[in-house]
Amino acid sequence: MSYIEFNNVTKYYSQTRAVDRFNLSMDKGEMVALLGPSGCGKTTTLRMLAGFISVSEGRITLDDRDITHMPAHQRNIGMVFQGYALFPHMTVAKNVAFGLEMQRMSKSDIDRRVKEALSRVRLGDFAERMPRQLSGGQQQRVALARAMAINPDVLLLDEPLSALDARLRHEVRAEIRQLQRELNLTTLIVTHDQDEALSMADRLVVMSKGCIEQVGTPAQLYEEPANRFVAEFMGKTNLLEGTRVDGAGFRTHSGIMLRTGQSAGQDASCLSFRPERAHIAPADAAEDPSLNSLSATIRLFTYLGPVVECHLSLPDGQPLMVMLPNTSNAAYTAFTEGTPVKVRWSPDDSRLLS
Amino acid sequence: MKTPLRTWSYRTAVFLSLAFVVAPLVAVVWVSVFSNKVISFPPLGYTFHWYVNAWELVDFREGFWLSFQVAIAATFLGLLVGVPASLALARANFPGKAVINTLLLSPMMVPAIVAGSGVYIYFIQIELLSGIQLVATLPGLIIAHVVIVIPWVVRLVTTSLLSANENIEEAAQNLGATPLTTFWRITLPIARPGLVAGGLFSFIVSFTDLEKSLFLVGPGRTTLPIAILNYLEWNLDPTVAAVATVQIFIIGFALIVSDRYVKLSNAF
Repeated sequence: MSYIEFNNVTKYYSQTRAVDRFNLSMDKGEMVALLGPSGCGKTTTLRMLAGFISVSEGRITLDDRDITHMPAHQRNIGMVFQGYALFPHMTVAKNVAFGLEMQRMSKSDIDRRVKEALSRVRLGDFAERMPRQLSGGQQQRVALARAMAINPDVLLLDEPLSALDARLRHEVRAEIRQLQRELNLTTLIVTHDQDEALSMADRLVVMSKGCIEQVGTPAQLYEEPANRFVAEFMGKTNLLEGTRVDGAGFRTHSGIMLRTGQSAGQDASCLSFRPERAHIAPADAAEDPSLNSLSATIRLFTYLGPVVECHLSLPDGQPLMVMLPNTSNAAYTAFTEGTPVKVRWSPDDSRLLS
Repeated sequence: MKTPLRTWSYRTAVFLSLAFVVAPLVAVVWVSVFSNKVISFPPLGYTFHWYVNAWELVDFREGFWLSFQVAIAATFLGLLVGVPASLALARANFPGKAVINTLLLSPMMVPAIVAGSGVYIYFIQIELLSGIQLVATLPGLIIAHVVIVIPWVVRLVTTSLLSANENIEEAAQNLGATPLTTFWRITLPIARPGLVAGGLFSFIVSFTDLEKSLFLVGPGRTTLPIAILNYLEWNLDPTVAAVATVQIFIIGFALIVSDRYVKLSNAF
């Protein structure tokens, strides 16, 4: 039996299902991210595990104990809230000590544990400050220290980085990941930011409209998305509508034949290929039978530093995108906006989706 | 160093407005120690006789005592009703929340004389239907004052609660605190500025209320503001100024105390 088990966990709000038959097993020390657009049920799921929302149907077990209906304050699950929810009338040290006081720990033990927790997040010198005197990043670290001080069985992170600026976000991301590994903390993180999920979690759960779309490692979800929703949600992709034809073939609606390296997926209705797996060639380049090829016109180049995004359109107007690596020979400068070109990619990089 | 004209004119405007507000109060305090038999300038001499006189007049002494009782009772009951309402408004979500919020604040928007006559008619109807007399009784007066103080309590306590993160109680429970511990150690301390300010303001608005009480007091049972009004009908000596001075100091003290707890500019 896994450390945490969600067994057909469902949440109804009158007639609507916020979360529908959610099943997930988590191992001890694993970090899982719940990912999806707002309203997909990821926060509801997290809050059911924390005990703030009652479970309508199904079971949640933690270390073989059924915690489905256990009150929140008995669960020993640490949580970092969106906006941190620090106690504004207590010092940083008192905030961190709160959970330990609730465990009726002795004063000297509390002092030791608070020191330990604060130095772990490099806030040893801030113990006597009030939360409002700290920057956003520091408050975030206090919230983390507070949640981890109680030695929780599980750590929950609810959009922990959403209030930080982009630079700080990268830093804190790495820091959380490192602490989580060091302490072998089983962690569930909720985020709508796929970069955050990809970079932090061992496994991702992509959700939409209360249901799980796919569960897998970051690489599995990116390379082998189960359906169109996951493919579009995880990074950028090009989607071509059409029908599958015998074996590994695919005919787009405009009648172009493409090939895939994949034989599964009977009811495919579209073909997806990632922008960074394609490249562009001059319109008069010789046919390469080993590659898929589409004629398109360059609309716009967007310079992003490490890569250059090339936005194109097919003859029927559908937009495509190709990401060109910014190599030393700056190959993209050979093309100008408005030029007809060929977009090419390997059949192995094509994925059929329902 | 040369101060620009703009700064000077700004300071002058501020000073003049302040003087305009404060001057009547200073005048009242000053007049209260004149020895003149009728309020007039210039002072013929100074005396504390009018304070003694005010204390000796039964109407003022009893008016003060009644106003004090009513204000204390109204404040207490107002907190009793207003605090749970604020908790619900600040933390829970339920249909009709905005309507209830507006209803609870509405006594502040209706002119007091209109509200007073409304309460009067309402009390008469209750008496006609049930035989319970409310007009000209202490309970009736207190009930009316509770209605005046509720908007202040609700507004100030809700503001305090909303200043904290909405998940703050959950954070406490997440760390192992029972709901009761959460209330004592988190919710109450966070609401404290609003509780103190709401309580003090309730006391002040009840203590100084004239219009609403006018309809509801009975013979031999008048509040201090009404006693002052009655006295002014027949007398024009500085006794009234002495009474008003006492009132000014009590209210001024309450305002200074409440300002230490909550900046009122945050609440409105």
